[in-house]
Amino acid sequence: MNRTKWLNVGRELLARKMGIVSVAILAIFVLGAIFAFLSPYDPNALNVLERLQSPNASHWFGTDDYGRDYFTRALYGGRVSLLVGFSAMILATTIGVLVGVVSGYFGGWIDNLLMRLLEIILSIPSFLVMLLLSVFLKPGLGSIVLIIGLLMWMNMARIIRAETLSIREREFVLYAKASGQNNWGIIVRHVLPSLVPVIIVGATNNVASAIMMESSLSFLGFGVQAPNATWGSMLNSAQGFIAQAPYMAIFPGGFILLTVLSFNILGDILRVGFEPKLNKR
Amino acid sequence: MRQLIARRLLQTIPLLFFVSIACFALVKMAPGDPVLSFVTPNMHAEDIERIRHNLGLDKPAYVQYWLWLKELFQGNLGYSLVNHQPVMDQILDRLPATAGLMGSAILLAVLLAIPLGLTAGANRDRWPDKLVNLFSYIGISVPLFWLAILLIYLFAIHLHWLPSMGMRSIGVNSAMDVLKHGILPCVVLAFGFLSVYVRYIRSSTIGQLKEEYVQIQYAFGSTKKTIVFRHVMKHVLLPVITLLGMSMADLVAGAIVTETVFSWPGIGSLGMTAVKGMDYPVIMGITLFSALFLILGNLLADILYGLADPRIKGAR
Repeated sequence: MNRTKWLNVGRELLARKMGIVSVAILAIFVLGAIFAFLSPYDPNALNVLERLQSPNASHWFGTDDYGRDYFTRALYGGRVSLLVGFSAMILATTIGVLVGVVSGYFGGWIDNLLMRLLEIILSIPSFLVMLLLSVFLKPGLGSIVLIIGLLMWMNMARIIRAETLSIREREFVLYAKASGQNNWGIIVRHVLPSLVPVIIVGATNNVASAIMMESSLSFLGFGVQAPNATWGSMLNSAQGFIAQAPYMAIFPGGFILLTVLSFNILGDILRVGFEPKLNKR
Repeated sequence: MRQLIARRLLQTIPLLFFVSIACFALVKMAPGDPVLSFVTPNMHAEDIERIRHNLGLDKPAYVQYWLWLKELFQGNLGYSLVNHQPVMDQILDRLPATAGLMGSAILLAVLLAIPLGLTAGANRDRWPDKLVNLFSYIGISVPLFWLAILLIYLFAIHLHWLPSMGMRSIGVNSAMDVLKHGILPCVVLAFGFLSVYVRYIRSSTIGQLKEEYVQIQYAFGSTKKTIVFRHVMKHVLLPVITLLGMSMADLVAGAIVTETVFSWPGIGSLGMTAVKGMDYPVIMGITLFSALFLILGNLLADILYGLADPRIKGAR
């Protein structure tokens, strides 16, 4: 990775209106999640007198079935959703890169073994396993990150492996080998840096899928447990009040959509930015 | 060709074997004692031991696996811990509902995706492409359960046009009724598939338009429309086969969320109930069943692809 490449990426991002909008949306959500405590309301304080109020001046997003301020809950919910999404992405990316690099660089029986293992994992419907694991493990944010991360690294591993296979044959790696560096030194100093673009693009898409997984799990009641809210679990309770309070469903779902959409768009823009010739759309 | 099929079949057998071990291990690791579901308050300790022995749960894990596998080959997936019904019967009972829903969703998605993807690819970077692109971005990013809730609100609660729950109205037994119940879940699922299919078809259309045969057709004076919808379409249908193979996996377990939202009585909601009730034999059965579909789906896609495009005979 050199400076020109980063500049290219930056230029690509600024040249595309969608890119700027995506970054802005994500920035707003991240800031909202960080500064959620500035809200005058407590996200978990019950107030039965004010239950199910439609959006108004004092409650921007209305109140939920327990009279809690929905805007504040959405901010705190976003905090958990984003946190889980990012942590699961980091776990999945780490495993994926490790497996992919080892498999692609060393080849031979290790590659064979890892790829067969990957095939087995890919053959088992992952969402069902996620549900099952979330019943086994003791509920908590850590467990959810673990469950999502452990079942999401396979694509990353495949992409990294393919990329490593081609990097391994490049001259700079051959020179490094000829100069007597050991394998792990070569991987860390020469292979990994060349993989950075692929990793960043994959990681961006992984955040999107992790957030989606988390909301699906929480929506079904298997993810983050009450009183902690995430956008997914807010939709779970909104489902029961859809006739009286449709706004309860519209806000959190819309936030999931915007977040996942922004990450997906960013992922594609970054892909084009890193490899302008290859991926020109 | 025959070699390809034989090789892929041979690869499938060990895969299935390891998948079955993984399923078995996953459920064995689960906390909770399955014997407890048979226990009534006035039982003695030796009764409980006898049940454990009868269920084969006092044997070492590899023996249990072997017994389970032997039963599996006779079509026995064990019995539910909750209602003690054979798991196989429950799955087969639910299969038509899921297969019908998924089948129509996939069909709808393919039928829409082909013209949309071709149009987008042929008009690259112009408005039809941008519109389709935006649409497919939203499609891959929207939580389907949210879309489901919104559609229920609009069409069932607000407009009263369509039912929102289940597969049949109570006391009504007509195909029309099932169809009406199926519209919303089918649309939701189709939307999810559609956006993925469109992207594939669009990018392979773009690739195909660079091929020589397209230039030749232009030279013969064919219009772009004819070229795209007659000649390019044939080539673009190839990746669709692979996509359909991949969708086979969803045929069984992929609809968990959508089936749950709409209370559709399929395998997805059976799985959901099983997970909630920690009904391990049912979970194991569904997992294995879906894995089988997934593996066979991929196998079938590879074989069909090989039949349709002889160039890839030796590859893979």
